[in-house]
Amino acid sequence: MKEQKMLVALAGQPNCGKSTVFNALTGASQHVANYPGVTVDKKTGWYQHNGHKVEVVDLPGTYSLTSYSPEERVSRDFILHEKPSVAVNIMDASNLKRCLYLTFQLLEMEIPVILNLNMMDVAENRGVNIDVNKLAKRLGIHVVPTVMKNRSGKKNLLDTIAAVAAAKEPVQAAHVDYKEMEPLIREIESRLSAEGVLLANYPLRWTAIKLMEGDSQVQRLIRENHPDADAFIGFAEKQRKAFEARYDETPEMHIANRRYQAADEIGRSCIKPGRDIKPPLSDKVDRYVCHRFLGPAILVGVIWLLYYLSIVQGYNITNYTWPLLAKLRSLTESVTPDPGFIEIPLIRAFALWFIDSVNALLNYIPIFFILFGLIAILEDSGYMPRMAFIMDRLFGRFGLHGQSTLPMVLGGIYVGGCAVPGVMSCKGIPDERSRLATILIIPMLNCLAKVPLYVLLINIYFAAHKGLAMFFISTISLLLVLPVSKILTLTVLKDKETAPFVMEMPPYHLPTLRGVLGRAVERVWLFVRKITTIVAAVAVIIFVLLQFPGISNERMAYYNGEKDQAMAIFFKKIKATAYAQQLQGENIMALVLYWNAYKSAKMAAGGKAAAEAVSERFKAENPVFFKMVQPGKDKIARKVNKAFKKLIKARKRLLREMRKERIDNSFLGRLGKWLEPATRWAGFNWRVNVALLSAFAAKESSVATLGALYEPEEQGEALEQRMAKAEEGFTALHALALMLFMVLYPPCLATSIAVKLQAGSVKWMLFSMAYPMVLGLVAATLIFSLGSALGLSGFQAMFAFYGLALTMTVIMGLVGNKSEYA
Amino acid sequence: MTLDQLRPGSEARIKRLSIGDKLGQRLMDMGIYPGLRMKVIRNAPLEDPMEIELGGYCVSLRHEEAGFVEVEPL
Repeated sequence: MKEQKMLVALAGQPNCGKSTVFNALTGASQHVANYPGVTVDKKTGWYQHNGHKVEVVDLPGTYSLTSYSPEERVSRDFILHEKPSVAVNIMDASNLKRCLYLTFQLLEMEIPVILNLNMMDVAENRGVNIDVNKLAKRLGIHVVPTVMKNRSGKKNLLDTIAAVAAAKEPVQAAHVDYKEMEPLIREIESRLSAEGVLLANYPLRWTAIKLMEGDSQVQRLIRENHPDADAFIGFAEKQRKAFEARYDETPEMHIANRRYQAADEIGRSCIKPGRDIKPPLSDKVDRYVCHRFLGPAILVGVIWLLYYLSIVQGYNITNYTWPLLAKLRSLTESVTPDPGFIEIPLIRAFALWFIDSVNALLNYIPIFFILFGLIAILEDSGYMPRMAFIMDRLFGRFGLHGQSTLPMVLGGIYVGGCAVPGVMSCKGIPDERSRLATILIIPMLNCLAKVPLYVLLINIYFAAHKGLAMFFISTISLLLVLPVSKILTLTVLKDKETAPFVMEMPPYHLPTLRGVLGRAVERVWLFVRKITTIVAAVAVIIFVLLQFPGISNERMAYYNGEKDQAMAIFFKKIKATAYAQQLQGENIMALVLYWNAYKSAKMAAGGKAAAEAVSERFKAENPVFFKMVQPGKDKIARKVNKAFKKLIKARKRLLREMRKERIDNSFLGRLGKWLEPATRWAGFNWRVNVALLSAFAAKESSVATLGALYEPEEQGEALEQRMAKAEEGFTALHALALMLFMVLYPPCLATSIAVKLQAGSVKWMLFSMAYPMVLGLVAATLIFSLGSALGLSGFQAMFAFYGLALTMTVIMGLVGNKSEYA
Repeated sequence: MTLDQLRPGSEARIKRLSIGDKLGQRLMDMGIYPGLRMKVIRNAPLEDPMEIELGGYCVSLRHEEAGFVEVEPL
């Protein structure tokens, strides 16, 4: 018996405190996975009780157990197929009547149920008095009152679970009397058993009731198991029609009605109702939060605060966390082989690339931690439904949902979001069509990583109108996103499942610190585990694409010749000095590394005292080298220093040329050139193509790659100048086309993974990558080719495009949504 | 009369739901069933959706959906 494993399911309606109970029971030992085929979270946890290991599955919160929503289907399939030893039905003690509606459905599934009246304190505060013993008697099951947030009643609940699981005899629980419908139900039951379609996992009465409700899943089940399914389902349909004709009420309405009436009867006999109905505080708060003018203003304020705290303040925190990541990089630098004069060992190049790719993502952790914490506060406080309530009308016009608000805010509705948390927070949208539309458009919003490219281009090509150009780019994405989402809704998403909006507006709650921190940690961990690991894997692929096939042997020989020449010049210059002897063989390379280390240490040192300390350290390390690096008044040393500076410069030039040639030659470079004929109409040359291709790994890469392609000729030359110099033919029209393409750029790697997780299929991930690419090319081509043909300046084209997008948005908003219920 | 025609502040008794299927079931599951007294609390800032109170808890729904709930004003 000791080995026996117990399975407990937690069921309950949303907002009943179920997750509090789950956390109280299982503590830290939890695991989140997906139910197969749907994007519903499966939360599993464990605890030990009297030597038994108990597995707890937290079913999604549902109001009912029909087959209309994935959450409900998943919950009831779990109960029927996994047959948990006990189902704990958690309910808000202050809202008993409505909750019993679900309890009756659980009891019909003929599994042992324990009723857990949670939040007893809230009920008592409201003056609701519940006769627990009487309730248990009327329902025929155990009833355990708890206040789980204080862990009060936990032991009693654990003991009851163990006792009920150990009981051999099935209990005679109460069931709903469906009155006039009972004979019809019994007829279906007897025909089910007579025809031998006893479905192993499915209780007879439950199956019959579901057939009376016209449940499509149970009908399918019959089709799969009954030799003459059509006749049987025809019979069930006949029963349904007969009932409706006789009583002028659909069977499913009658069933729901009877459940409510049964709940009402029990409620009346066991509960002394409280003083007030809705907590007056929530009502008062809502008078402002949902107010016609104040409501939207508060919403804007909340969004601003969310941005400010996470993006702005979170970014400030990265100033403190970045040095940690930089340490990781220098550690990698120190353990990999040193670079040669012109040969960078492959292992070193790879290790640094890998660390840089991962660091770029890990750097976001402080931002994400704050963001996820704030989202948890919004969720727990009950503000989210209010947000949806305020925005639903506007977003609904474009095929989105009131609950698309938060994902869009996170994705960067103005400037500076991140698509990853945006896509991840789409989970809560109940309507599949709107959820997919939201997931697909979020990558087009302005994430933080797109901004550097905008800033770069605006500074070069729109220098006279910086403010206007920045406003254009910040708002154009919303004007593109809305019509696109409407078009997607009317086309590819047309046949997707929809759900009614009907949504509970729960009373406000004060979030707990434990709950908020727990959720923030959990989601950051999910990000690290799922996203970063895959990004790391793909970083390897991109490295290969950028590094190979590399430089040919002849070219390598050429570079080696250049290197030897530079060396020869250097040694000729210093031949007469005493230093020449000390720089023979390996030592010259040692000096190069020493020089670079000294320069970067000097750069990193802030203030005079720190700079002095760096000098002291390097002097102590190698006094001879130091003399050459910092010659002071020594004439000979100054001569060597001058010659050496030339050598360093020659080395830099060679490394730069080699890197350029490597990218030029690389698979990605070839791809960029191969694409040039197609992208020419959008005004992109192959360099831009390569930058855009590399942006797929992470959007900030676009600027980094451009930086590599436009290497500085002089120290300290800004990328703006370099790019303007290298691309003389480039105009503001080119830049505008490029910026618009960036707006519509396909999701980055991390976002693609998030799309796959949330949309639940690789197909949608590929679609989310393909359609923005096409759209982006069309928009960029339109701007560039049409703009060139009409002789528009970049600034004029910007206005023209803005007008076009605005018109599209208005038209798409006016196109009516086809009614779901016509 | 249907629920979508009620102004904020008015009270009514639910008479009948004139739709079945997914929406009808959802309305029932959310506690909107015949015989119950309810009150319209408010409309959203852009008119739609609306918020109603049903014996102890609040539910918001779109006017289009409320059009299928027949009510008897009190």
